[in-house]
Amino acid sequence: MVQTEGIRYWRDMRARYNLIGRRCGKCSRVYFPARSICLDCHRHSIGKMDPYKLQGRGTVSTFTIVHDGDPRFGVQVPYILALIQMEEGPRMTAQLVDIDPPQVTIGMRVHTVFRKIGTVHTEGVIHYGYKFAPDSMPHLRA
Amino acid sequence: MRDVAIVGAGTTKFGELWNDSLRDIGIQAGFAAIQDAKIESHDIDALYVGNMAAGRYIAQEHVAALITDYSGLSSRHISATRVEAACASGGVALHNAYLAVASGMYDTVVVGGAEKMTDATDAENTEILAASADAQWETFFGATFPALFAMMARAHMQEHGTTREQMAQVAVKNHAHGALNPNAQFQKEIDLDTVLNAGMVADPLGVFDCSPISDGGSALVLMPLEKALSHTKRPVIIRGSTIATDTLGLHARPKLTSMAATKVAGQRALTQAKKTIADIHLAELHDCFTIAELIALEDLGFVKAGEAGAAVAEGRFHLKGGQMPVNTSGGLKARGHPCGATGIAQVVEAVFQLQGRAGARQVKGATTALTHNVGGSGATVTVHVLEAT
Amino acid sequence: MISNTGVGIVSYGAYIPRYRIAASEIAKVWGAEGEGMGGGLGVHAKSVPGPDEDVITISVEAGRYAMARVPWVDPQRIGAVYVGSESHPYAVKPSATILAECVAACPDLTAADFEFACKAGTAAIQTCMGLVGSGMIDFGLAVGADTSQGAPGDALEYSASAGGAAFLIGRDRVIATIDETYSFTTDTPDFWRREGAEYPTHAGRFSGQPSYFRHVTECANRLFKDRGTKASDYTYAVFHQPNGKFPTRAAQTLGFTKEQIKVGLLAPRIGNTYSGAVPVGLSAILDVAKPGDRIFAIAYGSGAGSDGFDITVTDEIASYDRAAAPTVDQLLAHTQDLTYATYAKFRGKVRFQG
Repeated sequence: MVQTEGIRYWRDMRARYNLIGRRCGKCSRVYFPARSICLDCHRHSIGKMDPYKLQGRGTVSTFTIVHDGDPRFGVQVPYILALIQMEEGPRMTAQLVDIDPPQVTIGMRVHTVFRKIGTVHTEGVIHYGYKFAPDSMPHLRA
Repeated sequence: MRDVAIVGAGTTKFGELWNDSLRDIGIQAGFAAIQDAKIESHDIDALYVGNMAAGRYIAQEHVAALITDYSGLSSRHISATRVEAACASGGVALHNAYLAVASGMYDTVVVGGAEKMTDATDAENTEILAASADAQWETFFGATFPALFAMMARAHMQEHGTTREQMAQVAVKNHAHGALNPNAQFQKEIDLDTVLNAGMVADPLGVFDCSPISDGGSALVLMPLEKALSHTKRPVIIRGSTIATDTLGLHARPKLTSMAATKVAGQRALTQAKKTIADIHLAELHDCFTIAELIALEDLGFVKAGEAGAAVAEGRFHLKGGQMPVNTSGGLKARGHPCGATGIAQVVEAVFQLQGRAGARQVKGATTALTHNVGGSGATVTVHVLEAT
Repeated sequence: MISNTGVGIVSYGAYIPRYRIAASEIAKVWGAEGEGMGGGLGVHAKSVPGPDEDVITISVEAGRYAMARVPWVDPQRIGAVYVGSESHPYAVKPSATILAECVAACPDLTAADFEFACKAGTAAIQTCMGLVGSGMIDFGLAVGADTSQGAPGDALEYSASAGGAAFLIGRDRVIATIDETYSFTTDTPDFWRREGAEYPTHAGRFSGQPSYFRHVTECANRLFKDRGTKASDYTYAVFHQPNGKFPTRAAQTLGFTKEQIKVGLLAPRIGNTYSGAVPVGLSAILDVAKPGDRIFAIAYGSGAGSDGFDITVTDEIASYDRAAAPTVDQLLAHTQDLTYATYAKFRGKVRFQG
C-alpha cells in the first residue's frame, strides 16, 4: 500500500515542531506560518524573510468547542479550537488541551505543548505538532 | 464597457436530489434559464460554471466541458470555463461572465453554478468543505467551517455583546422566508427555541445556525443591454460586479468580527453602480452560518458594527414588516447551500424580485438589489448590485 | 562490570499526563470490591495519556524540559538520541527521530529506539554512557517512556500507565556522576507482547520471585559488591515499580528503609509507567537532591534483566536551573480524574467508527 498523504505535511514539519516562522528583515514583522513575502513591505522584503523561532506563548483571541469534527480527530472530539495571539505578533490556529471547555476564556494565557494532531487512517503517518495548554498547567519558565 | 443585462434566470429545486446527478442538475438549471431568456442553444457564445468541489464530491473534474457536452452543445465548440472559489464559486463565475459580455467579447453568455453534495457522507462533507480553509495551517489543526465561523461568532459576542438569541433570529427569519419559496430545501418555519435547543456543532453555533448540505443548480443568461430588450421586457441590469480577496487563513486577519473583503467588495460595487447602501431595497446575503449574515449586514453598511443582532431581532430585515428584506429566498440557511450554485441562486432570487415574479415573497416596488457571496471564511467575497428596468 | 569516570547526568526532565483513573473506578466496572486488584498491588490511581498523547509526545515534552534546564548546551552537540519504550507508536519508524528534530539536534547524530520491556530507558542511558565515556559523542539524550496497556479486566489494567523522563548524558557540568552501572540478564519469559498483539500477556505469579525479585536483588547485590557499598550508604533508592508492593519488598530485602525509597516511589499515585518508571522516580529524587547525596537506582525489564546505577550528586546541582522546567511534584499536582468510559474511549478500548 502506498500512502503519500504524509509528504505534504512533512515539508512543514520542522516549522510545526519547533515553531519556526519568518521575520521580515526590513520591518521586523514576524510571521507564522512562514511567508516569503512580507504583507507590509512586499517586494522589498524578498530575500530578507529570515527564519524566526517563536517562544510558544500567547493569549486566546477566540475559541470554539468542536462537537462535529473532521473524522481524522476521532476520539479527540469534542475538542477546543482557538486562535492564539502570539507574543511575537502572529496569530495561530490550534487546539487547546489540558483544560475543560467551561474554563476557557478569551484573553487567557497559554503556552505550546507537543501533541499528536491526527492521522488519516489507522495505518497512516501520525502527524505531530503544537497545541496550547493554559498557563495554570506546569510549563517551561518564560 | 457595455452595460450588461440578465435576460433569463432559472434554478432547480434545492435539497436532497437523490435522482439527479451533477450533470442533470447543471442541465436543468441551464435549461430553465435559457427557456426564461427565450434563446436557442445556438445563440450561446460561452458558458461559465461555478463549482466548488466536484473532484472531491463525485470524482469528476473538467466540469465545464461536461455540462456543455450534456447540454448538447459539444458540436458548437463554445467557450466553457469552470470557476472555483470555494463557496463563492458562483459569484466569481458571474463576475467573469459579466466581464466577458461587458468587454464585447461575447454577446450571449450562460452562467451557472451547481454542486452535488449529498453523494458524500456528512464526515466527507466536513472534510471537503474544510479544504476551503488553509489546509496546512487551519484544517490540519482541526478547523472545520462551523469552527471558523463559531470563533468569529464568539469574538463578535465578546466585542459587541451579540447574543445566541440574536443569531438564532437570523435562522428563524430565513426559515420564515424559505417557507414561501417552492424551490427551497426547507419550506418550514421554525421557532427560536428550536434553534437555541439544537445540538452544538461548534459552540456557540448549533445545528440550526448552520446552512445545510444541499444539491442544486442555478443559472442566468447575460446579454449586452442593447440586445436584452428583444428578449424580455424586464431585463435586470448588473450595475455593480466586484470581487475582493483577503488572507486565506482567518488567523492572519487583523479583525475577527468583520470581513474586510466584504467591506471592499461592497463599497466598490456601490461606487460602480453609483448607488449608496440606502438605495438598496432587498439583499441576498451569504448566511452560511447565522453569524455570517450579521457580520455581512455590518460590513456592507446596512447597520453599524455591532448593531446587526439587535436589528435582526427587531425585524428590520424581515420580509413581513421589515424595511429592507434580507434573504427573501430563505438564504443559504433555508433555501439550501449547494456551494457552487449559491452565488448564482442569490442573483436568480434578486432577478425574480426585481421583475415582480417572486410570488408570495415579493417585495413590493423593489428596483434595486444587492447580492453577497463569500468563499471560505472571507478570503473571497463577491458583491453584485442589480437594478430593474 | 561497567565503570565510567566523569560521565553522568547533565540534565533531566520528566513528563506525566494529567489524566488519572482510580483503582476503585476500574474495580467498579469489573465487580471487584474497593480498589480491587489495585489495592492489593498498592496502586490507588494510574496516569492515563490523553487521546493525543503517546510515547513520542511524552518523550518530546520530557526532552524539551531537560534541554531547557541547560541553556548552555548547544543541541547540535547531542550525538545520540535514544528512546526506550515498549509502546512506540510505530512498529517500524523511530520515535527517536521525532525527538531529535524537536530538540533541534538533527541532522548530525545517531538515533534509535530501544525495547526491553520496562528497562528500555535505562538501557538507553547505559548506551549514552558508553558513547560519552569512549569519547565518541559529547552528549547523548536517553528517554524512557511508555503508554502501556493492560487488557480490560486483567490485573495489569490497574497499573499500566503513562509517563517518561529524559536524561542528557555527558561529561561537562554533570549534576550527578554515574559511578557505575551493572546489568544482570537472563532469558526469563515472565511478560511479553507478540508482534501485532494488542495487549501484553504475563505469567502471573511467575513474574514475581524468579523474575522481578531475582533479577533486582542479584543485580543490586553484585553492584554493592563491586562498589563495596551497602544500602545504608545511599541517601535515596529508586526501584522499578510495577506496583507499590514489589519495590517496597525488594527494598526491604536489600536493607533499604522506607525513608530512602519514599521520594522515588510513585507507583501508588501514578501506576507503572514501564520504561518511564525508574527514569521518572530518579527525576523526582533529582528534584530534591543536594550535593553529595548518593542514589541507588535499579530498573527491571521483563524477559528479563536488571540495570543498576550507583549515582553521586555533584556540587553542580546547586547552580543547575531546575526551575526552568516543571518538577515531578508540580506535574503530579495537576490531575483530572476519568471515568472508566472516558478512559476506555481514550485508550481505544472502545472503537471509534465515526
